Amino acid sequence: MEVRVVNVRKEFELFPALHDVSLDIRSGELIALLGPSGSGKTTLLRLIAGLERPTKGAIFFGDEDASQKSIQERNVGFVFQHYALFRHMTVADNIGFGLKVRHGAARPSAQEIRRRASELLDLVQLSGLEKRYPAQLSGGQRQRVALARAMAIEPKVLLLDEPFGALDAQVRRELRRWLREIHDATGHTTVFVTHDQEEALELADRVVVMSQGRIEQVGSADEIYDIPNSPFVYNFVGESSSLPVKVEGGELWIADRPIGLSAPQGAPSGEALLYFRPHDVELLEGCSGCIAGTVAASRRVAGTRRVELEVGGERQRVEIELPVDHPAAQKSRVAFRPRRWKLFPAA
Amino acid sequence: MTTAPAQAGWRFRQPSVIPGFGLTLGFSLAYLTLIILIPLSGLVWRSAALGWTDFWAIVADRRTLNALKISFGTAFIAAAVNVVFGTIVAWVLVRYRFPGRRIADAMVDLPFALPTAVAGIALTTLYAPNGWIGQLLMPLGIKVAYTPLGIVVALVFIGLPFVVRTVQPIMEEIDREVEEAAASLGASRFQIITRVLFPGLAPAIITGFALAFARGVGEYGSVIFIAGNLPFKSEIAPLLIVIRLEEYNYEAATAIAAIMLALSFVMLLVVNLAQTWSRKRYG
Repeated sequence: MEVRVVNVRKEFELFPALHDVSLDIRSGELIALLGPSGSGKTTLLRLIAGLERPTKGAIFFGDEDASQKSIQERNVGFVFQHYALFRHMTVADNIGFGLKVRHGAARPSAQEIRRRASELLDLVQLSGLEKRYPAQLSGGQRQRVALARAMAIEPKVLLLDEPFGALDAQVRRELRRWLREIHDATGHTTVFVTHDQEEALELADRVVVMSQGRIEQVGSADEIYDIPNSPFVYNFVGESSSLPVKVEGGELWIADRPIGLSAPQGAPSGEALLYFRPHDVELLEGCSGCIAGTVAASRRVAGTRRVELEVGGERQRVEIELPVDHPAAQKSRVAFRPRRWKLFPAA
Repeated sequence: MTTAPAQAGWRFRQPSVIPGFGLTLGFSLAYLTLIILIPLSGLVWRSAALGWTDFWAIVADRRTLNALKISFGTAFIAAAVNVVFGTIVAWVLVRYRFPGRRIADAMVDLPFALPTAVAGIALTTLYAPNGWIGQLLMPLGIKVAYTPLGIVVALVFIGLPFVVRTVQPIMEEIDREVEEAAASLGASRFQIITRVLFPGLAPAIITGFALAFARGVGEYGSVIFIAGNLPFKSEIAPLLIVIRLEEYNYEAATAIAAIMLALSFVMLLVVNLAQTWSRKRYG
């Protein structure tokens, strides 16, 4: 099911949580809402679910306006960070709950409900735990039950609110892969909220980066990582370095030296900020048209060495990454030029 | 009591790393013995001295049986009423924010603090045939004061805080997300309450019922004012005990007390078992 969010605004007691947000979610897509806390990502998810009503704007499921429907009518599967399982029901009863509360002809027979429950338990790899109570399961198992419960009603959309947030790192990685497999097998349109960029980039077909109630960028992991369209995305997703530069005569300057990059079309002359990824640089011997700096600090980070350089007259600090065995790390002076970069107006 | 333990492998289960187990257990036992066990065993002792036939004659007396029936019956009805309305009161206090909520919350505790005789007199004044409420009920043929119905009213008053105060904290802990999860699965408001919220509250409600019931069985002060105390009709067992004492008939008094003790113990035991069962289920 295709979901369209159209110009949605949401205020909580006059405090705006979302400003005029629009988003198209394609059918069968696995999409991540990524952002720091307070960015409005959970609010957007709850609006899609019907747990909140938009102050303005509309949400469409296919061609149908869902905004005026209650959560019960929307038929969405919602998975909470803290599982929200029914403590007094067995695993099988939890999963069957959505079918049991249906009325009349829509309600399958008890036998059919049992069959569906054990089928879903197989899918989430918890066969044989039908009779257990949630208190007797581990966190990872509980979240699997929660997902099975949400899928039992054959939802139009599957919504997951920080589904792995309460789990430890190893279980989280395992469940991430498993969720991707389930998604590929069942093909539900799925939206999940996370503040973990690694999770979003690894798992989702497309990532929606949000900040302060607005969508900053929507794109695939490659697009988000390689072509960030704002300083916020540069900072929030992956590592980034920035330097104040000057635009003059179609060239970029630091202090009085050109750095060998030509300004993009239409960039206004004057102060600006240059953003690039620390690992996406080319090291140069000698320097006519480069960024040069003295090594101020050098740290070993996993497979690379991260070097902090002092650049220019004002001794701006900037980080770049070097291969561990690269001799430049020992030198007092290093020259480089970013391979991929972007210019933003100075704040 | 024989003291067989200490030998042959019998040991206290290693309780925890926190020291002082021996000391605190010893203190608890001594304290319970002093405060509860000695007085109660004195009671059993005195009534045992009575002999089986005499004991049975007193207990099987029609007046005694009626008094017991009224005591336990009214306490049961009052506790059942309190479970329903106490739960609603707790719900309102936990779920809604309204002006005067704190005052209403404090008011719930008043039956704890008020001398029960005062409550009894106040209720009698209200529900007497010429009282404010009593005169409204009179044309409908409902008599409250001086009937078992009056006893129920008094016990409802006395027992209310027991239910509210046991249910309230559990209700506060209910996770909003559980309700939202149920709603997202298509459950109506009514289904959420009956299938999700209520079963979670069951252990607390059973506890509240037990406390209100136990309090009602033992209540004396408020009831004697409103009950009218007609033998066979509205005479409660605690009152009968006092009457027997005033007649210097100590044997009969202890015998009734002993049978009340036994009945109360059995009922609380049943409630406790029900609770353990529901705890185990609802974890």
